[in-house]
Amino acid sequence: MAATRDQAGSSRRIDFEEVLSRDLDEPVKAGIGLSRRELMKFCAGVAATMGLSTAAGVRMAEAAEAKERPPVIWLHGQECTGCSESLLRSYHPTLESLILDVISLDYHDTLCVGAGHQALDYKHAMMEKHKGKYVLVTEGGCPTKDGGIHCKVGGKTQIELIKEAAEGAAAIISIGSCASWGGIQSADPNPTGAKGTQEIIPDKTVVKIPGCPPNPYNFLSTVIYVLTFGKVPELDQEGRPKFAYGRLIHENCERRPHFDAGRFALEFGDYGHRQGFCLYKLGCKGPETYANCPAIGFGDVGEGQWPVGIGHPCFGCVEKETAFTKPIHSLATVKTYAPPAAFPDVDMALGTGMSPGAAAVVGGAVGVAVGAGAVLLSKMGKKDGSEGGEQA
Amino acid sequence: MTLDRRQFLKGAAFSGAAGAATVATGGEAAAVMRPPLDMPEKAIGMLYDSALCIGCKACVDACKSANGMPAEIPSTLAAWNENTWDTGESLSGKTLNVIKVFRSGTAKQKDAEDNGYAFVKRHCLHCVDPSCISVCPVTAMQKDPETGVVTHDPDRCIGCRYCVYGCPFGVPQFDVSDPYGRIQKCQFCNHLLKEGKIPACCDVCPTGASLFGPVVELQGEIDRRLAAEPGTNFVFPRGEIGSDRPPHEQAVPRYKKAVYGLTEAGGTQVRYLAGVPFTSLGLPAVGDISYARLAEGVQHTVYKWMLAPIIGLVGLVFLVRRNAADKSGSEDQA
Amino acid sequence: MAHTAHRLARAVITPTTIVLAVIVAIAVYFIVQRYLYGLGAVTNINPGYPWGTWVVVDIVIGTALGCGGFAMALLVYVFNRGEYHPLVRPALLGALFGYTLGGFAVLFDLGRYWQAYNLVLPWYTNLNSVMVEIALCVMAYILVLWIEFSPTVLERFGWSGLRRFVERWMFVVLALGVLLPTMHQSSLGSALLVMGTKLSPLWFTVWLPLLYVTSALAMGYAIVIFEATVVSESFDLPSEHSLLSKMSTVVGGLAAAWLVFRYGELIWRGDFGYALVGDLKAVMFWIENLLMAFAAIVLLVPAGRASKRASFLAAVALLLSGSLYRLDSYLVGYDPVGNWHYFPSVPELMVTIGVIALEILLFLIFIKAFPVLANARPAARNA
Repeated sequence: MAATRDQAGSSRRIDFEEVLSRDLDEPVKAGIGLSRRELMKFCAGVAATMGLSTAAGVRMAEAAEAKERPPVIWLHGQECTGCSESLLRSYHPTLESLILDVISLDYHDTLCVGAGHQALDYKHAMMEKHKGKYVLVTEGGCPTKDGGIHCKVGGKTQIELIKEAAEGAAAIISIGSCASWGGIQSADPNPTGAKGTQEIIPDKTVVKIPGCPPNPYNFLSTVIYVLTFGKVPELDQEGRPKFAYGRLIHENCERRPHFDAGRFALEFGDYGHRQGFCLYKLGCKGPETYANCPAIGFGDVGEGQWPVGIGHPCFGCVEKETAFTKPIHSLATVKTYAPPAAFPDVDMALGTGMSPGAAAVVGGAVGVAVGAGAVLLSKMGKKDGSEGGEQA
Repeated sequence: MTLDRRQFLKGAAFSGAAGAATVATGGEAAAVMRPPLDMPEKAIGMLYDSALCIGCKACVDACKSANGMPAEIPSTLAAWNENTWDTGESLSGKTLNVIKVFRSGTAKQKDAEDNGYAFVKRHCLHCVDPSCISVCPVTAMQKDPETGVVTHDPDRCIGCRYCVYGCPFGVPQFDVSDPYGRIQKCQFCNHLLKEGKIPACCDVCPTGASLFGPVVELQGEIDRRLAAEPGTNFVFPRGEIGSDRPPHEQAVPRYKKAVYGLTEAGGTQVRYLAGVPFTSLGLPAVGDISYARLAEGVQHTVYKWMLAPIIGLVGLVFLVRRNAADKSGSEDQA
Repeated sequence: MAHTAHRLARAVITPTTIVLAVIVAIAVYFIVQRYLYGLGAVTNINPGYPWGTWVVVDIVIGTALGCGGFAMALLVYVFNRGEYHPLVRPALLGALFGYTLGGFAVLFDLGRYWQAYNLVLPWYTNLNSVMVEIALCVMAYILVLWIEFSPTVLERFGWSGLRRFVERWMFVVLALGVLLPTMHQSSLGSALLVMGTKLSPLWFTVWLPLLYVTSALAMGYAIVIFEATVVSESFDLPSEHSLLSKMSTVVGGLAAAWLVFRYGELIWRGDFGYALVGDLKAVMFWIENLLMAFAAIVLLVPAGRASKRASFLAAVALLLSGSLYRLDSYLVGYDPVGNWHYFPSVPELMVTIGVIALEILLFLIFIKAFPVLANARPAARNA
């Protein structure tokens, strides 16, 4: 559906008069369980998360309300299901209303009611029915050693399952660090040869939402963006949406002033830790991790609720080079773009130069001296003539 | 205005390392200079590695706490920083240790000369042959014969500020905002050293950019870092060299193959490594000799055993006695 | 050779002295501020420029301008040119205040003045420090100057017994009065030797002490010419020009020798290029030397020497040149570590100007109160 609406979706004009005249308290048609006001608020929030305009929020609400919901096929590989768990705990809206009403979660390895052949048959039927239209979401890593036998569903290896599902997908999203590059099981020595989805299907565009677990709103925002505009959001060189992974945690961290002022927690529970000082010396990877955690928080329990906010150093879960490879206590490489503005430059001009008052005083003194000298000289001139006589 | 020209001129005149003295003062200077001092055998020092420094200012903060120094807020920054944040811009009577930054162009690449930036930490370098000690009229500046740490005794100091004027690195500072001010300078946390601790800045440095230890061992570490291939993994000690503190691993930065402090001003016990030229970091080109040698050499040549003044006085007394006799007589008659 | 000196029989309180007193009062106000609120409250000295005009103008330049006593004592008593004896007392008086107030300025410039006595505690003394030499020597010389001047005071009050005693031993004091300035005026140059690369090569040389002491001597003679001319012109006293113009050859010779040595050494050392770069330092260097060259030429040429105006201008040029030389070597030619700037603040300048005003004021009072001037006729003339 996303593919078919590609053109129409992005070029459709919004009739704002019509939108404004709607009854906001009326439950939306699709039976999401939200009033229109609530849906609008949700979509406006999603738009804000992504840095889009309010108009985009309206358009998202429109798209979410539309009758045909995009079908989603959700595959699981080597993982803990933490990504799904995290998603299940998103609150606005609750995930069930989203996956049942905004999107059509046609198949999910762990959430489906059916089991065995019944479930798999349904998956194949859906894949066939929505070929070229469905969104494929992969969660978990994909083992590649020994022919990929370390993770099988229905007798097929994960490699085969991904390739098969990717074939007819309109968009592919890999959620979580495991699906993005292999995650924890890809850490040294990587006994199963775990890899990310992108490495299995290198010729397809895979939107990565890394994180352990990822922030559910980054996933939701991506899905709704795809749903609304019919295309994937702008990605960075790692294939991560820039709206979520474009900025260094260190640059937006609420503890950053402590870093700049040299105030650090030295160990857990010490004075600095209790005071909320910077966690860099405890191994915080914020300075080398690109994510929007400090901006949107985590777990929907209010401002400042995210690992660093509650006193645990960031371990860089969204960074392939950092998470599960660098020890948690080891120091981050500070990847700031530029040194802080308040630091003194080595050659900054210091001290007090000439003030107008001082210049006037010096000028006045010189003037008085020159004037007195001139008077004296002119006096001498008058007498110089007569002097000859005097001396003689 | 003339920074470039100044640097150019200084470069032209003084970069000729050992020849600096001869160039600046003529050959006769070498003749009167007193011999250089040697570094104490067990001299302790510090290695500041600009390429490791992340500019976190932990050292500045720790220095203030360890030495009981007040926060410094320049009047230019007072508008937005209402006594909340120490923002000293330079060494001063309130700041013994300061992190400054070199910026060029877009300042996006650390330790790059063009469009890059780098940090530098400024404090006392604890010269082997310190000018401040040479110039102090009341021996308020002293160098520990064993550790080589240069300390200051405010109970002797008369506040003439000759040490401020004469220090080649601009280190000692007088607190002019206090009617009963004193000279302030980094004394290598001498009070902590006595307790068996290490200087506060090295103690807190998260990356080992400030490293404490015997100068000989630090120089060995410097040589190892300069010899290592840039980009390869290297274990950087933290706090004190050879201590059991956990080290810090990272790739070897691209160092400029030079050490600041090895020969500067006759050698210093604090040494610098950096990824950009030292002049960019505001470390002055001071030549390779301590000019205290020249000043003392000239003074002690002229005033050796006070012979010249005494002979001069005797001669003058003789002449004046002979010449003044008739004049005072004439005055008497007046 | 016999001559007498007289009091100048004029009113002590005149518009000039009132203006000078007001300037001194302003300076006193700021000095009180300095003691209450610290050096930073009054001066612009900063970490880059720890020494401002209080040190450089009041002490370094002030004592050089007070070298008249030194120069005349050397000429009259060492080289036995008794004919210049009439110029000695006014020169001594100028020196007395130049030095006394220079020493006084030290007290309010010292950051820890209440410990200043540490300078004279032998167990604190650092014999390597040029400052020790300068401090002890200047202190001793101030004492010497007061003793040298004391017969004038004693004469005024008619204490001839004490005066005779002082004069019996005066030759020792006079000898010291020549030796001590030679020592500390050269040391004011040696004080810069430790600056090394912080001082521009236009000024930095191992010969700084020699350049300092010779220019101090030249300034000593120039201040005598200046002083005698100004006093005789201001109070319509008989001119001493014939005496002064004889002495001018000495001054001109010193100035020329100083210039030749300075240029020769600079060129020989190979740093003359610094004078050609056209920055502030080079400009100041040329101003100094052109003034000195002007003085040398005027005073060495017979016609210039003969003209009162020309020799007065030459003396002024020489004094300016010597003062600028000191200002430049201590402040302008000096590169602080870091991009520091300094210009004295208004209160700071007012104190410096106040010290100069006090010198002039005291000089004016003393020539009226004590028999200083040889050309001041006995009071009868004005009565």
